[in-house]
Amino acid sequence: MKFTIQVNEGPYQHQAADSAYNFVKAALEKGHDIFRVFFYHDGVNNGTRLTTPPQDDRHVVDRWSELARENEIDLVICVAAAQRRGIVDAGEAERNGKDATNIADGFRISGLGQLIEGAVQSDRLVVFGD
Amino acid sequence: MSILHIVNKSPYEKNSLDTAVGFVKNGDTVLLIEDAVYAAAKGGSVAAKLDGLDVSVLGSDLAARGIAEDRLIDGVSVVDYSGFVDLVEAKDSTQSWL
Repeated sequence: MKFTIQVNEGPYQHQAADSAYNFVKAALEKGHDIFRVFFYHDGVNNGTRLTTPPQDDRHVVDRWSELARENEIDLVICVAAAQRRGIVDAGEAERNGKDATNIADGFRISGLGQLIEGAVQSDRLVVFGD
Repeated sequence: MSILHIVNKSPYEKNSLDTAVGFVKNGDTVLLIEDAVYAAAKGGSVAAKLDGLDVSVLGSDLAARGIAEDRLIDGVSVVDYSGFVDLVEAKDSTQSWL
């Protein structure tokens, strides 16, 4: 079965980023496909590579990047939410005159249409958030 | 159309469980995750809200909050993340009551 996952919450607000990650891992282990993970609202904070959590803590961002690399998962960050919160890739830096980028490996910035497409193309949409 | 109603807020803090329960139809399942697992504790003042419903609760979130499985309301099923995935697959759609 094909799933799209929506994450509305940043890594350190409550538990949604962990719940979503654990769900995606379990789905992959059972042989399901993850069509896309869409990060919306404060969920876009899952995609900055500049975070440095303590070494004995889980690394929420790297964990997504690794999962995407190993399973070719499409991690999409909502552009409007990203602009508000300062999540920047090369294209956004160029377009908005920013002096740096911070997007993590495996993530890309795109529009809300990607969420709709994910919902349409997948058998199930599961939303995690606050 | 069966629905998996996913609730993640403590019923002692927010009213999302109430809202969800109001929409539950025959064939639906309520899955309690994160702080919503408190709703499944036996003797809680909200336990009666779950009477007669098909209720599952995420085991790792129970354990994280120190609620032993023998302290749950009768009839509540404990699932792991694999069981969570199975529930999503088994129902026609999901609704997260955030």
